[in-house]
Amino acid sequence: MDLNEKKLIVIGGGPAGLAAAVAAVRRGLDPSSILVLERDSEPGGILNQCIHAGFGLHRFGEELTGPEYSGRYIQMAREAGIPILCDAMALELTSDRRVTFVSPETGYVMVQAEAVVLAMGCRERTRGALGIPGTRPAGVYTAGCAQRYVNIEGYMPGHRVVILGSGDIGLIMARRMTLEGAKVLAVCEIMPYSGGLARNIVQCLDDFGIPLKLSHTVVKIHGRDRVEGVTIAAVDEANGRKPIPGTEEFIECDTLLLSVGLIPENELTRGAGIGISRATNGADVNQYRETSAPGIYACGNVLHVHDLVDFVSEEADIAGTAAAERILGQSGAVVKSLPVSTGFGVRYTVPERIDLTAEPEEVRIFFRVSDVYKKVQFFVETAEGEVLAKRAKSAAAPGEMESLTVPAEKLAGLLDKDCGGIRVYLRETGGQSK
Amino acid sequence: MLYDVLIVGAGCTGVMTARLLSAKNVRVAVAEAASDVATGATAANSAIVHAGYDAKPGTLKAKLNVRGNKLMKRLSAQLGVECKPVGSHVIGFGDADLPMLEELYRRGIANGVEGLEIIGADRLRAMEPNVSPEATHSLWAPSAAITCPYGITIAAADNAVTNGVDFYLNFKVSGCAYEDGVYAVTDGKKAIRAKYVVNCAGVHSAEVASILGERDFPIEITPRRGEYFILDKVCGNLANSTLFVCPSDRGKGILVSPTVDGNLIVGPNAYAIGDADDRSTTAEGLAEITAGARRIMPNVPMNMAITSFAGVRSTPNQYDFYLKRSEQLPGVIHAVGVESPGFASSPATAEYLAGLLEEAGLVLEDKKDYIPTRRKDGNHVQFNRLSPGEKAERAKADPAYGKIVCRCETVTEGDLLDMLSAPIPAVTVDMMKKRLRAGMGRCQGGFCSPRVAALIAEKTGCGLDRVTKHGGGSWLVTAREEEE
Repeated sequence: MDLNEKKLIVIGGGPAGLAAAVAAVRRGLDPSSILVLERDSEPGGILNQCIHAGFGLHRFGEELTGPEYSGRYIQMAREAGIPILCDAMALELTSDRRVTFVSPETGYVMVQAEAVVLAMGCRERTRGALGIPGTRPAGVYTAGCAQRYVNIEGYMPGHRVVILGSGDIGLIMARRMTLEGAKVLAVCEIMPYSGGLARNIVQCLDDFGIPLKLSHTVVKIHGRDRVEGVTIAAVDEANGRKPIPGTEEFIECDTLLLSVGLIPENELTRGAGIGISRATNGADVNQYRETSAPGIYACGNVLHVHDLVDFVSEEADIAGTAAAERILGQSGAVVKSLPVSTGFGVRYTVPERIDLTAEPEEVRIFFRVSDVYKKVQFFVETAEGEVLAKRAKSAAAPGEMESLTVPAEKLAGLLDKDCGGIRVYLRETGGQSK
Repeated sequence: MLYDVLIVGAGCTGVMTARLLSAKNVRVAVAEAASDVATGATAANSAIVHAGYDAKPGTLKAKLNVRGNKLMKRLSAQLGVECKPVGSHVIGFGDADLPMLEELYRRGIANGVEGLEIIGADRLRAMEPNVSPEATHSLWAPSAAITCPYGITIAAADNAVTNGVDFYLNFKVSGCAYEDGVYAVTDGKKAIRAKYVVNCAGVHSAEVASILGERDFPIEITPRRGEYFILDKVCGNLANSTLFVCPSDRGKGILVSPTVDGNLIVGPNAYAIGDADDRSTTAEGLAEITAGARRIMPNVPMNMAITSFAGVRSTPNQYDFYLKRSEQLPGVIHAVGVESPGFASSPATAEYLAGLLEEAGLVLEDKKDYIPTRRKDGNHVQFNRLSPGEKAERAKADPAYGKIVCRCETVTEGDLLDMLSAPIPAVTVDMMKKRLRAGMGRCQGGFCSPRVAALIAEKTGCGLDRVTKHGGGSWLVTAREEEE
């Protein structure tokens, strides 16, 4: 492999990285000028261990398992002739697109790229980040770690299980452990609502009679060598979700699984001095998913945590296409840059800015709401009060990503006006709606 | 096998003593109840090589701390373990704290600590921009250092093994017989026979003294637990040196310090507990150290904590370390009640204990073929500590070093294989973690621990279900039940 001819380095060979590379070839980039770096022994990313179904409904119009979904992108990448280097870990990135990486095949090397797509994914929040008191025995796993033991290594991480956190991975693992013969005693969720998809609560908990304890958390871990139990307690919504004295309950178990959030893995990004959004923990990007460093793009869970991989692929298409256009010298010149901010009920948006060229194309703005709402209307509005897009919805929750598309002509209309930026917010319409 | 010396306890004091004796012409064994060396207080403390101003002049603590500080720096260089002389501040909040700073200054001068100064707020803030605006003075001790206490203890243990010391791990001393000048110390299954016994059993040292046969042993140990947080490496530069507050009768108080690995450590509190092995953390304790840290550094980002843990000090019913030859048992030496600054003192404590052994009749002569490094071929340097040029060379020479297993701490498969063949082979997940930091980073082993466990299983020829976190009943997984 001639590393000197590499123009596009894609860091991460999961669904985001592969889709970005495939999109770059579709846009006209020579596949031999691309290199996908994958830190695992095979491409596919975390989907390889997500053997349950439910992927691809939007993208492929059918329900696939994780390995099937990633398999399609691996197939597309192979057919496109895109080189994927496995067991390759990027160690350093500079803002001028120098990537240092190491792999058994290449050794420790540095490559100067013309464009870089960041697709490193995310990691799970840990017990340590939560500061759960107690002992430090074996048997406390993040849900994804346990999933690897069960689905890849073929071993059981425990038999009597309590799960903290009702995010999708926690829900999926509640079902998986049950199907493998373990007893899942409870799923505790500190919030008054689940962070997972509604369908997963039904299919993974309700169908198996697994209790979901909302507004509950684990307050102590017991056991010296191996987990011997956990103490859970109800939390006070009105008092910073602190445990309520007197509500403690000891559950005897040998395993505690944590599904308490995902954190985009942006160590390389930070090292390159790229601006990071406090709301997403991912890079600040424009609608092409270009970060504050020109020619460095980000997509997938490294940019913001997605609930559906289909949206990851869509985002990667955008980033990969833009990276190819940059390399091919086909990017349009930016004539105006509009910051996208959040208003009532919206926690974050992606992109965080819209860079207008002389001929703007439509922009789909993804966002998450900050609480559970019934009957809402979403708005994209200019700082001056012009509505660019709006949509009504019967319910919204932080666990499901929302989007609104701003039409090209609305954006074109902003070219000649003074515009202080764009704001995304929602209005509760319950009771007043028609 | 008849040993000249059996050391009970493989914490820093026991291991440093074993290492020192391994340079002499004596046969040495170390018995350790846990599955690894350096698991007790040595693994869970503030990781400071104290300067030595704290201890009252004339005490063993004072003498051994100041000498230990110098020896530790030398030893770290010899064993290839990082030790950074970052210095320490004892911060005063207002004039009320000045008498204590002055007292510590006087003690330090009497103890022979070099470079001590009491400095004002301006200089303090220039050195430590993130310190509380309420800080008015500090006692600056440039000779204080940070290192990895278990790292250097493990390195010293490897060095001792390389020079012929035998370590008996998972050996919990439960009985002792004495006949014809030989002690037979047993765990109920096996016996280790030795002419001299050194009791370095930490929180269990008073218990071990009584197992060895002491009657009316004068020292009682009160286990005192201290809790800590470790913050992400992005916080490591918030403090340039170790930041203490004025000490109280409960110890040196809650500190904020950079660690040698680039994290920030915060803690400890100090509470007497009934069970010497109870290293659990508590919600109240963690809240207390959060408040303590904020007093020193109001903006310390506690939401960046990556882990918390607790250690147990062996606090004796006297001020000083109890380092003495037994009055009742010939050839038995006690190192009991070694609390802070026990780690900083440990290389000097080893010298002191060797002196007591000589007083008791043991003849110590230098070994001709002594190897001063961790292994016969030197100190193996971990991949992530190499320069870019060396990394390129290492990965080219051995592709296993091109394969990263622990992403957060950049630990390669080559490093893991190297530790499997170390003088004390790393055969548990925690042993790998303590030696290489695999699993000690921000993801806390979420990604790498299954891979580390799988590699241990593969190379030791057992199933994954036999690999443990830290020995004993700390199983990770069980084999899946086959379906009918």
